[in-house]
Amino acid sequence: MIESQRMTRKLAVMVSSLGGLLVLAFLMGLSLGSSELGFGEVIRAFKGELDPESVASAIIWQIRFPRVALAAIVGGTLALGGLVFQALLRNSLAEPYILGVSGGSAIGAIIAMLLGFSPFPGVALASFGGSMLVLLLVLGLAAGRSFVQRDSLLLGGVMMNALCGAVIMFLISLTRNTQVHHILFWLMGDLSMFSLGQLPMLLSILPCFAVIYILARPMNLLLMGRENAAVMGVNVKAVTNILLVATTFMVSIAVCNSGLIGFVGLVIPHILRLMVGSDHRLLVPASILGGASYLIFCDLLARSLPAGGEMPVGIVTALIGAPLFIFLLWRSSR
Amino acid sequence: MSAIRVTGLNLHYGKEHILREISVAVEVGEFVVIIGPNGTGKTSLLKALAGLVRVSGEIEILGCPLAGYKRRELAECVAVVPQQVPIEFPFTVADTVLMGRSPHLGLLAVESANDYRIARQAMEFTEIGHLAERRLDELSGGERQRVIIARAICQQPRLILLDEPTASLDPAHQVRIMDLMERLRREQGVTVVMVSHDLNLAAMYGDRLLLMDKGCIIQDGPPRQVLTAGLLDKTYGCRMIIEESETLEVVRAFPVPDRFPLS
Repeated sequence: MIESQRMTRKLAVMVSSLGGLLVLAFLMGLSLGSSELGFGEVIRAFKGELDPESVASAIIWQIRFPRVALAAIVGGTLALGGLVFQALLRNSLAEPYILGVSGGSAIGAIIAMLLGFSPFPGVALASFGGSMLVLLLVLGLAAGRSFVQRDSLLLGGVMMNALCGAVIMFLISLTRNTQVHHILFWLMGDLSMFSLGQLPMLLSILPCFAVIYILARPMNLLLMGRENAAVMGVNVKAVTNILLVATTFMVSIAVCNSGLIGFVGLVIPHILRLMVGSDHRLLVPASILGGASYLIFCDLLARSLPAGGEMPVGIVTALIGAPLFIFLLWRSSR
Repeated sequence: MSAIRVTGLNLHYGKEHILREISVAVEVGEFVVIIGPNGTGKTSLLKALAGLVRVSGEIEILGCPLAGYKRRELAECVAVVPQQVPIEFPFTVADTVLMGRSPHLGLLAVESANDYRIARQAMEFTEIGHLAERRLDELSGGERQRVIIARAICQQPRLILLDEPTASLDPAHQVRIMDLMERLRREQGVTVVMVSHDLNLAAMYGDRLLLMDKGCIIQDGPPRQVLTAGLLDKTYGCRMIIEESETLEVVRAFPVPDRFPLS
């Protein structure tokens, strides 16, 4: 028979284990790289025992820390974004990148960049506008065929993605901008160009985390269908709109800072559901922590696999995520 | 105060006129079964009462206009048991039943010991305590239906609306579900309104039957008054036999295919 406090206990176990994983990811992200530093050195840097003038300190604080922190926030955002879209659309294959939301966000960002807008708020708002536009188009395409119809939703997303890609390439081909290489690298998902000046913009993601966590229980009820949620006391329209706007906003901020990193929102919620079940009061914090750790590890691979260089992290996440997507699609059609 | 009072209710889907000028009242503590052929608006009427579709006309629930309720306020006193619950994202039985407490909880509130007690009672009431940690998609149809009913009971409603809760269940499970509703009404004074295709169960459990046809309520009264041969033949478009069962003291109704001559 069920006992009370089970929720609190589960939450404590989940947060401490995934929190531990994130700490480990952080330590590895800070110590591994072209010049290897030991965990001991990293820990001493955090204690302030490391000489601030030393090379090790410069590597940790100026090169690696911003990058690992960016990976953590973007990873958490993308995983949570996937989780929310999956709940709202009741489709476990929905994800910001697959739905074309990231692509729309990239178009908005590129237009604003080419027009010479400042990164914040200019590029960020344009990127948010682009992603909202694509999201509404995809939902419009799938609407009327009921939200559960996974095929029309995914097809709409894939097509919007193709369209976004074409528009982006068109925009790039128009420019004589010397930054084309930079933009192309960014497009494939890149965590190396982060500077601490972008931090305030990135921190605007955190309130979105809070809003989504507050709506975790209504999200549980929404999994039972819109009518079921409504008769259980959920204001379906308001909750759906708040979640869509908050999620699209944070995803577009993540895209502005790190480009197109796909499939994190597919891989992480899928694994976590197998581990902790379907309750969003667990899944929301778990996705943030798990997604953060996952992207740090993927970035480690991205900067250590190619000999003497690095590749965009988006390539790593796609190499892991796309096969999983194909497998899930194949399994669901049987 | 009536549990439900409906006056001049109309519902349109596009050009289709689904519900026509429905006026009906259900008193507190009544057990009402809505019967009628497929596609006559039974489910639509139930959805209108649950505030799920936009209608014209007046609906009062427990003395207050339906339009004045917020979704959460309505869920505190009205529970709905739908025909089907999706299970693509399966929760455990215990988690599903506990969801019934959500209308009574604030957004960030964690279920209290009292909420767990209510959930446990609901699970005992519906005899699913042993299934607590099983997942919804592992259960049989009858077990799943009892879970959803337990969730509804966990809401502690004063009115419960059910859409064909016994469809696709074997006879033993049908009786079990109906007994649960009868006990809920008797022990806790909950008003029960149910859509059903099973005329015999309707006759055995309902105080009152509402017979619907083409969006209207064409007969309203105790089973013996509604289950009459002429009326049912015409409404269902099928020959029906109505018999008085002497052992059970209830009226029974069943269809008779043409190859059985009536003499």
